[in-house]
Amino acid sequence: MNDCPVEVRGLETRFGQTWVHRGIDLAVPVGEVVALVGGSGSGKTTLLRQMVGLLRPTAGDVSLFGEPLFAGSRAEQLERRRRFGMLFQHGALFSALSVFANVAFPLREIGITDEAMLRDLVRLKLAMVELDADVALRMPAELSGGMVKRVALARALALEPELLLLDEPTAGLDPDRSSGFVRLIRALHRALGLTVVLVTHDLDTLAALASRVAVLAEGRILAFGPLDEIIQVQDPFIERFFHSDRAQAALARGRGIG
Amino acid sequence: MRPESRPCPEIRLDDGGGLPRVILTGDWTLRLLQPELGRFRQQLDQVAVDCSWDLGGVSRLDSFGALLLWRKWERRRPAGLVLPEGLDPVFARLAELGDGELPVEPGYRFLDGTEGVGRIFFKMLRNVVGFVALIGQLAIDFAHLLRTRGHWPMLETSANFYKVGVRAMPVTALVGFLIGVVLSYLSALQLRAFGADVFIVNILGLGIIRELGPVLVAVLVAGRSGSAMTAQIGVMRVTEEIDALAAMGISPYVRLVLPKVVALTLAMAPLTLWGSAVALFGGMVSANLQLDLSFDYFVNALPRAVPVANLIIGLGKGAVFGLLIALVACYFGLRVKPNTESLSANTTASVVTSITVVILVDAVFAIATRSIGLPR
Repeated sequence: MNDCPVEVRGLETRFGQTWVHRGIDLAVPVGEVVALVGGSGSGKTTLLRQMVGLLRPTAGDVSLFGEPLFAGSRAEQLERRRRFGMLFQHGALFSALSVFANVAFPLREIGITDEAMLRDLVRLKLAMVELDADVALRMPAELSGGMVKRVALARALALEPELLLLDEPTAGLDPDRSSGFVRLIRALHRALGLTVVLVTHDLDTLAALASRVAVLAEGRILAFGPLDEIIQVQDPFIERFFHSDRAQAALARGRGIG
Repeated sequence: MRPESRPCPEIRLDDGGGLPRVILTGDWTLRLLQPELGRFRQQLDQVAVDCSWDLGGVSRLDSFGALLLWRKWERRRPAGLVLPEGLDPVFARLAELGDGELPVEPGYRFLDGTEGVGRIFFKMLRNVVGFVALIGQLAIDFAHLLRTRGHWPMLETSANFYKVGVRAMPVTALVGFLIGVVLSYLSALQLRAFGADVFIVNILGLGIIRELGPVLVAVLVAGRSGSAMTAQIGVMRVTEEIDALAAMGISPYVRLVLPKVVALTLAMAPLTLWGSAVALFGGMVSANLQLDLSFDYFVNALPRAVPVANLIIGLGKGAVFGLLIALVACYFGLRVKPNTESLSANTTASVVTSITVVILVDAVFAIATRSIGLPR
């Protein structure tokens, strides 16, 4: 088994005249929960989208599971894509399909058409994200924000991924829902042995979930390591980000989510 | 080429004495099972449930692989199961799931068709009521605007006029010209057989100015501008922009619906004039080539053949069609719910309804004006 499901080397990104990334190197070790943090506009979400191949970097390489992202035939690329699941910030559920059809969609797509098996699989996934089976026939428009995220997570888990990418998993959720969702992700991480990469603004979420933190600023990774080490790093950005009273309170709260 | 190759899943049957043993090895994961799912299913089907199952050699098991076995075992752990400790939680999750079922979408029943017809009827009724309510709300807000001398949405109206009127001129001209040519050519063939060449002016003049011009332009505008209006208002509904307007105390009817309705009503009369003129020009060109009718004659004969009342009827119809198209488009746009299906359904409904309404109203016009402007 390769040690790093995600590896980024010398990545540079330019939008028009602005450089977003100026040489990013990052290797996400297997089984870890890595959080990308940084100020607004520091290119966290861009980096996440580049990891899954939704955007191509201006220069540099992204490797998934030890192979370059765009290497190989179409079939090989497709198989690589099926080994990770992504949770989008607003869920990105297909609004024309019911919850059941949304979760079953990727499974049907890879050729599992046995309806009884599908129903059992969807029921299992919904139970994994702690949703009742009753929601299966509802349409995404009829779900609350927290439920949308849970269904989106169930869909991301449908293909039994080894790697899970989360874009702002707790944005737009109230504190209670958000700590519930954090607990859920942590339980799934333990149970399924997933590698998780997440982007977040939310220091509570960061403290509760991340086993390692990568700080993005000025187009570079300023620091990468466990949260306790990161906080010790002498850097004006990190001090502003982690040492304010609000930040300290949020970190303490996050650590308290049990 | 994979840098890491995982052990393939395998099933072996060991019959040596006593209870037959089923030995599973390799990765029982979706990724490795899926390419040959049929074969594994078959192999599993051939094995009896009451064997002793040995999962000691399974290196990885995900919930798909586990579910495959679980269903084979009829949802319980078989008696002689050898299970490595690491794989226990996977089956524990399945056992927890129990025998429940997902709710099932009810199938098609005997009376569903009848119910569907009823639903359509009530939906139409609701649409009519909603449409009237929209007109009412628009009237109330308009009256309020008049009384308080509030902010008139002049800029929006002018922008809409440009968008639905001026920008529609090229396509109207193209379609009008071609229809004029075709109509003139087909009529000329018939008229020449009777030696009634000169009546081409009457046919084209009356047909295009009174009937074809307004309807043709209205159908084009319904497809072009009506759908755009519905989609625009619909997306604003989805992104909550309309709610934002209402929260600022600005009536979305005055700011969004009124400019569109006014602009399209005002734009449709000149646009009809333009469309009819180009269609007549096309007819004139065709008549010139086909029947050697000079442009001079055509232009001079036109006022004699077509009383001016017909032009007024045609332009009036155009304005009314514009009003109706804009109202229908805005009505369906405001009905959009925040999902992709609703947006497309309402845009389709908007175009279909406005074209239907245009043709219905055209029939009403035809009856109401049957004694005006026609040669006896």
